Order: sequence, then C-alpha cells, then structure tokens
Amino acid sequence: MKGFKLTFGVTVFMFSLLVFIPLASILVYSFSLSPAEFWEIISADNVRNSFITSIVCSLFAALINCFFGVILAWTLVRYEFKFKLLLDGLIELPFALPTAVAGITLSKMYSNTGFPGKWLSKAGIDVAYTHLGIIVALVFVGIPFVVRAVQPVLEKLDKQYEEAAYVLGAGKLTAFKRVILPEIMPAMLTGFGLAFARGIGEYGSVIYISGNSAKEKTQVVSYVIMQKLNYMDYAGATAVALLMLVISFLILLFVNIVQIRQSRHTNEL
Amino acid sequence: MGYKKKKSTRFLMITVSTLFVGLMLFLPLVMVIINSLKKGFEFYLQAVSTKTVISALKVTLLATVITVIVNTVFGIFASILLTRFSFKGKQLLQTLIDIPFSVSPVIAGLAFIMMFGRMGWAAPFVDAVNNAFGWDIKIVFAVPGVVLATIFVTFPFVSREVIPVLNAAGSDEEDAAALMGAGMFTIFRRITFPHMKWALLYGMVLCTARALGEFGAVNALSKTRGETFTLPLEIDALYLSGSADSITAAFAVSSILVLFTVVLLVIRCVLENRSKKAQEEQKRR
Repeated sequence: MKGFKLTFGVTVFMFSLLVFIPLASILVYSFSLSPAEFWEIISADNVRNSFITSIVCSLFAALINCFFGVILAWTLVRYEFKFKLLLDGLIELPFALPTAVAGITLSKMYSNTGFPGKWLSKAGIDVAYTHLGIIVALVFVGIPFVVRAVQPVLEKLDKQYEEAAYVLGAGKLTAFKRVILPEIMPAMLTGFGLAFARGIGEYGSVIYISGNSAKEKTQVVSYVIMQKLNYMDYAGATAVALLMLVISFLILLFVNIVQIRQSRHTNEL
Repeated sequence: MGYKKKKSTRFLMITVSTLFVGLMLFLPLVMVIINSLKKGFEFYLQAVSTKTVISALKVTLLATVITVIVNTVFGIFASILLTRFSFKGKQLLQTLIDIPFSVSPVIAGLAFIMMFGRMGWAAPFVDAVNNAFGWDIKIVFAVPGVVLATIFVTFPFVSREVIPVLNAAGSDEEDAAALMGAGMFTIFRRITFPHMKWALLYGMVLCTARALGEFGAVNALSKTRGETFTLPLEIDALYLSGSADSITAAFAVSSILVLFTVVLLVIRCVLENRSKKAQEEQKRR
C-alpha cells in the first residue's frame, strides 16, 4: 500500500518533537549528575519517604480497585437494572473530571467539616491529611482502569463453562474461583498495573487531601518533584523524575507482558 | 433454593456497585455544586466572572483547541501507520507512543523546562529565532509552554481509540481500491476515514476532557495568574488562598469544569452507542 513514507514521517516527526525529545532532555540532563550526587538526592529522607508513600498507597488503592472493579464489571455485564446506564457512564468520570477539581472536592468532603468526613472523624477515623486520604484519592482516579479492562473480557466469556461447573455441582464461589477468575485474571492484572502506575504518578487529585507533610510522611513523589522545581533545584527534580520514570517503565513493561501472554492465550483457545 | 440464592447474589452485587459509584463517584460531583452555591447565587456569578477567571478560561480553551487539533492529526497518521504497514521497530514505536499515559504529568512539565528553560539545551535556538525575526516568543512560563504540556499529556488519546477500530476493519477494502488504481487520498477519504470516524470523534472527546482539566504539567510551566493560568490553576490558587470566600469561589470555578465534564461524558455515551451500531451494521453487510 502507498503512503508509508508520509504516515511514517509525520508520526515519527510529531512524536519526536512533542514527546520524545522533551523527555530525552530529562535523561540528558540527569547524565550530568555523578552517581554519588544522584544517590545523595534519592536517599534524602523526604525523597525516600515520598517513594514509599506513593508506592504503598498506590498498591493498596490498586488492590481495592481490583476488588470493587471486578464487582462493578460483573454487575454491569451480567445484570439489568434501573440506572445501569448512569452507573456505566459514571465509571468514566475520573478519566474526564479535572484532577484538581477531584482533589479539592475530596479534600473538602473528607475534612472534619465535610460529608462524610464529619461522621468519620466522630467515629475516630481521620481521612484527610493522612495516608488513608491519599488512598481514597487514588481509588477515585484508578477505578475506571480496572472496570474497563475486565468488562470486555466478561462480556466475551462463554457462559457454558460456568454452567458446566454448576452442573458438576460446584457452588457459586467455587465456580467463580475455578472458572471465571482464571479467565479475567490477565485483564485484572492489566487494570491493576495501569491503576498502580497512574497512582504513583498522580498529582492533582492527591495533593490537597494528602496534606503534604514531611513529618507525617504524606508527601507523594510528584509533590516532591514540584517542590524541587519551585526551589529551582533542577538537579534534584531531574534525579527524582528519572527514578520515577524507571519505575513507571517497569510497570508498563509488566502490563505489556501480561497483555502479550493474554493474546497468546486467547489465540490458543 | 438455587434460584433464590442467585437472586440474593444479584441483589448484593447491584447494591455494592451502586453504593460504590454513589459514594465514590457521584457524591463528589454533587458536592462540587453544593459547595459552589454555599454563598448564594449572586456570589457564584461574581466568582465565575472575575478577570482572572475569564483570562484562565481563555487560556484553557485556546490550549484545548490546539491540543485536540494536533493530537487528532497525529492520531490519524499514527493509527494508519500502525495498522496498515509493518516495519522494523513497530512494536517499539507503539509502546513509546503510550508513554505519556504512564508518566506523571509533573514530569511532562519538567521535560519542557529542561528543554526550553533558561538552562535548557534548546533555549539558544529559541533565542536565535527570536533575534532573527525580531520576535519575543517565550515558551516556558508562557502560554506556548502550557499548550505544549497539554499536548504531551494527552498525546496518545486519539490514536489509542482509532487503532483497534482500524485493526478490526482490516485492510481488504483499501487493498482492493489500490488495485483498482485509487490514489492515496481517495482511499483515505472514501474508505479509511469512514471506518475510523466514530472512534476518532470518541478519542477527540476524551482528549478534550483531559486537555480542559490538565493540571500537573501545566502547574510546572505556568506561574502568572491572570495571564498564563488555566482554569485548574485558577482553582488551585483560589483554594489555597484559604479564606472561606475563596474556597467557595474555587468550587464555583470548578463547577464550570464539571459542566464541561458532564456534557463530554454524555456525548461520549451517545458516540459509543453510535459506533456500536455502525460496527453491527458492518458485520451484517
């Protein structure tokens, strides 16, 4: 087919100019740091803590999203009920709602003057300005990744195998564990990986509810990079960004491997 | 007994799902509106019509329009390249294009500072161009930087929606048309474009939504309120000034973006139904 040169040229040119070269600028600059300097920046208390906070909170949020994401996907695929369309449409909200709007709203809701924050703090649970708050924000931004990954797989899933399991005397739970879960596992892992990656890099929706206290260890990595940028500490910002890029690249690699194995698996069927 | 059991599972699943969506997703949306009207409607109108808000709205709309155009052009070319041709490094290119999805928006902002900022390697080029033409174009901490950052963050949105659709449609029709002597642009106009039409629109809607709300990347690159601020930055500034009035104003400005979001989500829903119907029709043929 004709047009290879044109499409290849335009695609590579635009990608290089708008994404690749700017991103490479970070790499180039970070090479001017010596390993000792790099290590000193990375091992500083606030940087190390921010990585731990971001990774652990994103992990918890992604796990919670896997649990509710599968329930939501299941409900949307298998049942007909009132407001189903509304529910389905709202799943996409975190993709479309500006992160800063989500951030200030969640922060207000879970502070001790908002709803449900007022009740929660009466019950002794503080959400805003704690790690719990960060997790709540990350559950909000991450939920569509899991639902939208699992939903199409459930839609295609042949009910035969499930029914066979019932006929053979399996209970609901056994059927789910032995027949359905293995089928949706790769999709769930993909959703998990995407939600996890998004969580580690998340900025807007987290920074208001997290409180950003170095003492309480509620600073996330993106916040630390922004802080360094505001102090014109470009070496520091670049070093932290580089480590974060490596982590998100590893997660992306994991997702790609899962997807390749998944497509092999479906081709075999 | 078995039937009853099934019904109770159904009830449980629907209840959990509804509660989750209601509390986690719907409630925040309602809270924006409630908080924005806390000081009455007059205050609301005043809050959304200040000079800085109008300026931020203009910058936001400008950045969004340019971003959607650029990313749509890229989406069309990239999706044709990645579905209609095979070449060395295709897999790599496909993975690289998705990078902006998994990179923190703050890193996107940092990237342009490292490129065009005072110490960036491309700064001398910009200076040279400015000197040669007598211009005074600034990129970092100015509107061009805001536009570039917004493009970066939403770069793969359109191509990602179009690629699966073109893959599913296959290239038989294009090959046949080429055999019969149709030119490149005729093939695109008559065959490829009609295939990708709905997915393209769908991607553009998603891209618009994200571009309107981009915050992290823009936050690193825009420092002047009333000049280079976008709506999310204006919201941030209002919220962080901390007085009860300014917080209510922050929610009032947020409600503009919520309105955009809801409209875009509805359009998205309609488009999805349309594209499903279009696909079914194609199958029937």
